[in-house]
Amino acid sequence: MIAETGHYALILALGVAIVQTLLPLLGARFRDPQLAAVAAPAAQMQFVLVAIAFIALMTAYVTSDFSVENVWRNSHSSKPLLYKISGVWGNHEGSMILWVLILTLFGAAVATFGSNLPRQLKANVLAVQGSIGAAFLLFIITTSNPFTRLVPAQFDGQGLNPVLQDPALAFHPPFLYTGYVGFSMAFSFAVAALIEGRIDAAWARWVRPWTLAAWMCLTLGIAMGSWWAYYELGWGGFWFWDPVENASFMPWLAGTALLHSALVMEKREALKVWTILLAIITFSLSLMGTFLVRSGVLTSVHAFAVDPARGIFILAIMGVFIGGALTLFAWRAPLLQQGGLFAPISREGALVFNNLLLTTACAAVFVGTLYPLALEALTGDKISVGPPFFNLTFAPLIVPLLIAVPFGPLLAWKRGDLLAAAQRLMAAACVALAAAILLLAFSRRGPWLAPLGIGLGIWLIMGALTEITYRVKLLQSAPAEAWRRLRNLPRAAYGTALAHSGLGLAVIGIVATTAWRSEAILAMKPGETADIAGYTLAFKGVAPRQGPNYRERVALFEVTRGGEAVTELTPSKREFNVERSATTEAGIHVSWRGDLYAVLGDQLKDGAYSVRLYFNPLVRLIWLGALVMFFGGAVSLSDRRLRVGAPKRAQAKVAQAAAGK
Amino acid sequence: MIFMAVRNILFPVLLTLTLCILLASGARAVQPDEVLQDPLLEARARAISEGLRCLVCQNQSIDDSEAPLAKDLRLLVRERLKQGDSDQQVVDFIVARYGEFVLLKPKFTPHTVLLWLATPAVFAAALLLIWLTYRRRQSAAQASPKLSVNEKRRLRRLLDQS
Repeated sequence: MIAETGHYALILALGVAIVQTLLPLLGARFRDPQLAAVAAPAAQMQFVLVAIAFIALMTAYVTSDFSVENVWRNSHSSKPLLYKISGVWGNHEGSMILWVLILTLFGAAVATFGSNLPRQLKANVLAVQGSIGAAFLLFIITTSNPFTRLVPAQFDGQGLNPVLQDPALAFHPPFLYTGYVGFSMAFSFAVAALIEGRIDAAWARWVRPWTLAAWMCLTLGIAMGSWWAYYELGWGGFWFWDPVENASFMPWLAGTALLHSALVMEKREALKVWTILLAIITFSLSLMGTFLVRSGVLTSVHAFAVDPARGIFILAIMGVFIGGALTLFAWRAPLLQQGGLFAPISREGALVFNNLLLTTACAAVFVGTLYPLALEALTGDKISVGPPFFNLTFAPLIVPLLIAVPFGPLLAWKRGDLLAAAQRLMAAACVALAAAILLLAFSRRGPWLAPLGIGLGIWLIMGALTEITYRVKLLQSAPAEAWRRLRNLPRAAYGTALAHSGLGLAVIGIVATTAWRSEAILAMKPGETADIAGYTLAFKGVAPRQGPNYRERVALFEVTRGGEAVTELTPSKREFNVERSATTEAGIHVSWRGDLYAVLGDQLKDGAYSVRLYFNPLVRLIWLGALVMFFGGAVSLSDRRLRVGAPKRAQAKVAQAAAGK
Repeated sequence: MIFMAVRNILFPVLLTLTLCILLASGARAVQPDEVLQDPLLEARARAISEGLRCLVCQNQSIDDSEAPLAKDLRLLVRERLKQGDSDQQVVDFIVARYGEFVLLKPKFTPHTVLLWLATPAVFAAALLLIWLTYRRRQSAAQASPKLSVNEKRRLRRLLDQS
């Protein structure tokens, strides 16, 4: 009965979504406020209905209702509760429901909190949002119904893939989806603006918080995935340039560009047409990711159900939304009024540079991901495009961008002074260069470019600090005055500085761990010891242990450093009873220098075990950096200027300031 | 995108699991018994392995993969190196047997021209577009008419009011 309730709620939601699409559009078109007003309650209703469906599915999972096929396929009664819950989105059907749930949540949020939006814009935005919901609900109901019953019901389920049974991966999908789907808001706003043929700074002010929230979640989602891969895959890698990773990275790159161009539009009313296009591109990349992963066209998707019906359906959704939005763009964009002028050397110019490099980098990832597919489809030739290609094309674009980052916030709007900015950054540059030279002098082994990479990371962090000290006039004014300025600095400025220094942290982590990781591949017998990166590991032996739904063989290493006991590492190999597959759990010791990482392999013929030891210097900075970026976004989001009613207040302030002068 | 979520990182894993672990349960990648005595030779072997694709595990290099075929290829690479082949000779030897599909960094050939040139082309096109837009906007701004007498009067009146 619960499953049928969920199914029924989904169908009702589809009906509501269609109403939400059609009536407000008509209302906005014929200036009928009553028709337009349908949008808000419809959006709220759609969310409630999808939430009922989601809760119904979750109930089926938590109670292990194996009369539902989806639950039977992806769950097992012996699983811990957390993984019963995360099992809901650990499969195609359930994850689509989660996707639509987040989509409708965003729609309902606009309906509820968007009371300061112009009525017509709000109606159009919700109509576009409703149409996306309708398309995906139709997709779920026709091709991916999670509520299909299984007759006769099974006694127990087939279990969840063991690699999914992990805390980081339980929370990874919701964050990632919130990111992807959050960009639908930017898309809906862009299409609504095109329908109206009107766009202004207020538009950017409304769009930016949604985009920022989506970007934050996507950042965290990608970082969680990377962190999980690092400790679960058992060789300490953190990024693989896998097509599926790329599919999430492309919207992130485009979304980062969008955040910055929306800034120009909000502050200076420039780059309007480009910002609209970027909003469309960002969400299109999210849709393309869905298509790539769901349709099975990626070579790496072989492991998953390859169902052409689903692929074609998503391709059609993609065609309608991307094609429709771009057509609308080609038709209406020329009508949009051009905004403020600016010199090439200016804050706007810096942000254009940011957009140029980010979108080109995004294009590099796009080409590298899709080219092998296109080539095989057209000529039948099979080629591989792997990490070497991406490192060669992506890095030359990103490095100049990273060098330029600290300049941006120090340039004035409209017309900036590059020389003055460079002078202010002198201290930051000196610190970064000194660090690079010191490292170069002390590093006994290459790669010799690595110290420069570390210097680049330090440059980013120092540059972010420089911006804050410059804006509070730390050295030029009395401490009390500087303190007052520090407190009055808009939170968005802190957000920028935090996000940019988070980027710097991540760069340092990536460079250090890539360049200076140590590795030892050994055959060890119990009682033997091994040395790596100053640590001595004594192998004590391997013992069996029983987990909630797996058995494992656990190795014990006693770690000492300079004769002093540091820790014990217990890497293990888990055998999952139900799923009949194994995972490798690394033993990791975290210190400020880096991670000591031990992996247990198989027993060899002579009684020894194959053991892999790594030392990954400063690797935590990668995820710490992502966390700082997320936090920077949150600080910026809490800036009152982005909140309700802000435009008026900000204008009043500007008027006051002008009067004061 | 849905999928990417879980699958994002999951795919390599699932592949590894389904294709590799099932085929050959074992520790990841290079095994102690494969490692060459000569550290220089071993370093070369590792570098070559990182650029070669494991043919049965999609999207993994033979250095990362634990499939039996990857192990065979790793041993083959080391065998050729021991016989005194240069890095390029080893790679050519393997490409001759398994095709260009094994190269994670595709060669620059007629059918990969677009792949390699697309990014520089996008960059150049974007630069050109920015430059053209800038010039057009600049000239449009210069060509824009000055305020008429009436407009000036209205402006003065508005300024006086405030």
